[in-house]
Amino acid sequence: MNLAAQLPVLPIITPLILAPITLLLPKGRAPWAWATIVSWLTFAACAFLLAAVEDVGVISYQLGDWAPPLGIEYRVDLANGLVLFLVSAIAAVVFPFAYRSVQLEIDDRQSPFFYCALLICLTGLLGVTITGDAFNVFVFLEISSLSTYALVAMGARRDRRALTAAFNYLIMGTIGATFFVIGVGLLYQATGTLNMADLHDKLAGQSNRVVDAGFAFIVVGIGLKLAMFPMHLWLPGAYTYAPSAVSAFLAATATKVAVYVLIRFIFTVFGFDFEFLGAAFTYVFLPLGLAGMFIASLVAVFQEDVKRMLAYSSVGQIGYMLLGLSFATVEGLTASLVHVFNHALMKGALFMAVACVVLRAGSHSIHAFSGLAKRMPYTTWAFIISGLSLVGVPLTVGFVSKWYLLQASFAAGHWYAGFLIVASSLIAVLYIGRIVEMMLLREPAEEGPYAIPRRDAPLSMLIPMWFLVAANIYFGVNTELTGGLASRAAEALMFMAGGAQ
Amino acid sequence: MERLILRVTTKIFFAPIILFALYVQFHGDYGPGGGFQAGVIFAVAFILHAFCFGLDETKKVLPQRALLVAMVVGVLFYAGTGVATMLLGGNLLGYDQIDPESTHHAGQHYGILLVEWGVGVTVATTMLTIFYHFTGREPDIDQEDW
Repeated sequence: MNLAAQLPVLPIITPLILAPITLLLPKGRAPWAWATIVSWLTFAACAFLLAAVEDVGVISYQLGDWAPPLGIEYRVDLANGLVLFLVSAIAAVVFPFAYRSVQLEIDDRQSPFFYCALLICLTGLLGVTITGDAFNVFVFLEISSLSTYALVAMGARRDRRALTAAFNYLIMGTIGATFFVIGVGLLYQATGTLNMADLHDKLAGQSNRVVDAGFAFIVVGIGLKLAMFPMHLWLPGAYTYAPSAVSAFLAATATKVAVYVLIRFIFTVFGFDFEFLGAAFTYVFLPLGLAGMFIASLVAVFQEDVKRMLAYSSVGQIGYMLLGLSFATVEGLTASLVHVFNHALMKGALFMAVACVVLRAGSHSIHAFSGLAKRMPYTTWAFIISGLSLVGVPLTVGFVSKWYLLQASFAAGHWYAGFLIVASSLIAVLYIGRIVEMMLLREPAEEGPYAIPRRDAPLSMLIPMWFLVAANIYFGVNTELTGGLASRAAEALMFMAGGAQ
Repeated sequence: MERLILRVTTKIFFAPIILFALYVQFHGDYGPGGGFQAGVIFAVAFILHAFCFGLDETKKVLPQRALLVAMVVGVLFYAGTGVATMLLGGNLLGYDQIDPESTHHAGQHYGILLVEWGVGVTVATTMLTIFYHFTGREPDIDQEDW
């Protein structure tokens, strides 16, 4: 076996083949340890893959030795190399973190099933990202979604509302997947191919209702999966009631992968030859992105539950990504990709901090955060730093994202969007500031349901969490990896789409 | 003897159903059908058994734990075929590597046969697991059954 030649398939096959073994391990620590090792192996494969892509450019892998466009092709370029790296890195951080949190929130006897589902979810997310075949996207999307529904429902041990949240997500997610597959089917009808690059060639110059309808179905389908503003209703419930470690993992990966799929379909499959696209940018992505930025952020300000607040904030942050790609410029797309990466870092760290609070206080209500600085200082400061990053304070990744986005909006001539970005950041100050005020200035409850022992989270949780917080600052200062790679990826995407440089 | 006719009929049908499942399994790469359908038909034999003799009797034949192990083995059989072709020098699921000397791609035939076995085993055990959980459902699932 030539390991280098097989590298593109390793990120998928490693977690996929090792996940079922988790089920046979004895209950307790073993499934977690196994899953953690697998996540690290997967991360190593993704890191090598990204390095290889940086060296040689696009890497193509033919599954079953069937040549594309007939066979399924894995196609890795900088854009999905970066997303693969991000998703597997978040997994490699969240898996070691999960142990104590899962021990508390999930029945010990379910732990093999839990970690198996988590690994399969990781497989699905990586598969969606790596594949160059439109139908294969749907298959992996379902693999990740089905395991996500189960994972969200496992929160039912602490709160029965997890069941309705998971069911809600199941219905919405299935509608999304169905719309997506109908769209792919229409494209197949129009072109007779499912390979993305081949679709791009065959769609060029086609302008008819079948392709237009296919585009609309695909946008709505992925829109549901990525919680595009009016289609976000499943997200707050799912993130709130899922087990804390699952919330941290999903918030940092699932919607990001969906944003990547949207970018891939818009720029690689359709491209600027497609007449509908200009209208979609102006009348769909731009206004919905802006609406999400404001409405979802405003809703976040009034939440009494910190996890729900962060979930609404995620919907708002997705607005920034949509805004960036709606400019249809290299700068805008770069900003979008950078924000995909950076938002994963900050939301991952924030949800991990909430998981630490849940471990000690047993609640993610805002009242549990009262006077937290006196009880759990390390967790508090992790929350504050990643919160500042969410707001967009200089020296953090949030600032880098907003900076790229501002530049892109001025360069694209949407100067008003620049002001709206700043204005919506001020709303983030409100909802993060509210929690920070509770943590720093209030007195902790001495008794009652929200009383917390004077003990910080265990090291097994603090180290991964602070690792992500440190990444928030590191990538806020050093934008070589994110900004540099993202702009090269954006240039390649725009070139493929046939846009002006 | 209660429900004598049902018992006898079930006993008569049990073996032919499994035989039919195996027929669909092995016929899969020549015609319609294959691992998925075969797995479902295979599971139906045991579901019929459970309907007639009760779930506890069926669990004596096929305990929950055995189903779980078989489920995992089925997936690993499928994925293992793919990895084996990788180790033989091809790509994932590149069946031609199984019999590279063949002039008529016999490797493709063997490969799909092996993979369908994995599918069949996994589908049959998954169907039965779902059935066990639905029929054996207490007001809340007994935690030992997970």
